[in-house]
Amino acid sequence: MKLEGEVRIPSGCAIAAVIDRDGGMIPGNLTAEAMRPMHERSNGLGGGFAGYGIYPDYKDFYALHFFFDDRAARKDCEVFLKERFEIVKSEIIPTRKIPSVTDEPVIWRYFVDPLKSVLAAEQVDEREFVVRTVTKINTERRGGYVFSSGKNMGAFKAVGYPEDVADFYRLEEYAGYAWCAHGRYPTNTPGWWGGAHPFTLLDWSVVHNGEISSYDANRRWIEMFGYKCTLQTDTEVITYIMDYLLRRQGLTLEEAASVVAAPFWSSIEGEADQEKRETLTYLRTVFPSLLVTGPFSIILGFDGGLMALNDRLKLRSMVVGEHGSRVYIASEEAAIRAMDPEAGRIRYPAGGEPVIVRVKGGEE
Amino acid sequence: MKTLYAKDPDHRALNEAVRRAGDSVRITGCLGQRFIGAGMSGIRIEIDGIPGNALGAYLNGAEITVDGNAQDAVGDTMNGGRIVVHGSIGDAAGYAMRGGEIFVRDDAGYRAGIHMKEYRDKVPVLVIGGCAGSFLGEYQAGGVILVLGLNADGRRIVGDFPCTGMHGGRMVLRGTCGGIVLPPQVTARPASPEDMEAFRPYIEAYAALFGKEAGEILDSPFTVVTPDSANPYRRMYVEN
Repeated sequence: MKLEGEVRIPSGCAIAAVIDRDGGMIPGNLTAEAMRPMHERSNGLGGGFAGYGIYPDYKDFYALHFFFDDRAARKDCEVFLKERFEIVKSEIIPTRKIPSVTDEPVIWRYFVDPLKSVLAAEQVDEREFVVRTVTKINTERRGGYVFSSGKNMGAFKAVGYPEDVADFYRLEEYAGYAWCAHGRYPTNTPGWWGGAHPFTLLDWSVVHNGEISSYDANRRWIEMFGYKCTLQTDTEVITYIMDYLLRRQGLTLEEAASVVAAPFWSSIEGEADQEKRETLTYLRTVFPSLLVTGPFSIILGFDGGLMALNDRLKLRSMVVGEHGSRVYIASEEAAIRAMDPEAGRIRYPAGGEPVIVRVKGGEE
Repeated sequence: MKTLYAKDPDHRALNEAVRRAGDSVRITGCLGQRFIGAGMSGIRIEIDGIPGNALGAYLNGAEITVDGNAQDAVGDTMNGGRIVVHGSIGDAAGYAMRGGEIFVRDDAGYRAGIHMKEYRDKVPVLVIGGCAGSFLGEYQAGGVILVLGLNADGRRIVGDFPCTGMHGGRMVLRGTCGGIVLPPQVTARPASPEDMEAFRPYIEAYAALFGKEAGEILDSPFTVVTPDSANPYRRMYVEN
């Protein structure tokens, strides 16, 4: 796998997502259509997708997607995996040879169930166990990277334009109730396979347009809690922040949004609702190092829904539309129209205003 | 009028065809092509669909009409001409605009009219029929920004931090500006009859373009915001 990155190229990036609130199935290549009119927001150094509800036959197992440098790295990681999981199924992730995607690593997936004896010995719950295992592999195992680790969901990413990446991974053969997509235009960090979006952990996935000015402050804080930033790019820290706030601290999505995109103190002081004012003050005081500054628009995927969020100054664009049970989110309205020419109720969320869409019957 | 079907996502090819189209052209099926009409003069362009970012950037006298919404950075550094949007508009509309007119039927996103400027007869005008997002007219140095709030329905017609760093030009807000927090370096006053004489033509033009009743729009108090020359921005960034 190439770890290049000598050049520095000016900004861009495209994001798009779709969800069916009735849980209807959406083909995996629909968000690739969104990427076509936004082609110039990417430069061919990264494209990726996350699909939810795509593995119904294995929905009770963690789906681990791996990049391996070579066969030896795979053998080594498999030995380690078998010490911690029952491997229910392992297979090459099907890809298509196309001229626009080259130098691919060895790409595999494993459907796994944590070994109860090891869980008991480590005295942690199942999800924490998976997080620790993923972190261990990504930091300690040479030549092996886990790039997806949730249940009934999966990330697919590569170096290339997103339209080509969808073709490469044969995404038209998958269907899910929600999809997130990203076209990358790396600015400060290498364009390599592991650095393509989405960045995932458990069922969280994050696609991001922007650049995190507060990256090191965020990284230092989050690494105190066992996370390790290993993928040579800023966005992964947002995934770990979300896992920390939502899973470990038990915050709601709205609360997590007002931690990472906290309002200005002047806005908090001007808040008329006392309870809201106190909550915002509390969150900014307790998690000051998790404020993410700099321009961003992100889409967070999770089991049963999506959340879109802009930085508090709204330095990146974000448009939301809908049609029937489907909700569309993208960097540009043209991208929404490319997915669905009939989409209506076009709106432009304000900076720091989370847009949360859940599948019916999903957790509140 | 010549019609171009914008099936090719490449904006260069589309703009090339527009340049060859004569004095008027209609683009159909537009989907995200950027820079349409950039720098052009002497042509009328109608757009059916969603034009991409930087529509009419550096526009130099051409007229552009969009039958729907437009995206970000419409009229970026526009020098002359007119852009009419029959819908809403994304962020940073009229950025560093130095001449010409932009009329938006509905809402504008964040940072509309930032760094607009004027010189002698070059006075840019941005008319927003609905509401505007935050940072409206940030660093405004000249020109006129008008926000009518016609679809406000109880909402504030302007978002947070308007006029930050404003040191020239006029911002005209329909209504009494309730709830809008302005920085101390600007002054807001009720529009005088003389003010309204100056701004009435823009409102009449807006009403004519979008089939509204100018009299109804004008039947309201207006507020004029200008920089406070007795209390200018000083040492905002550097000692000077």
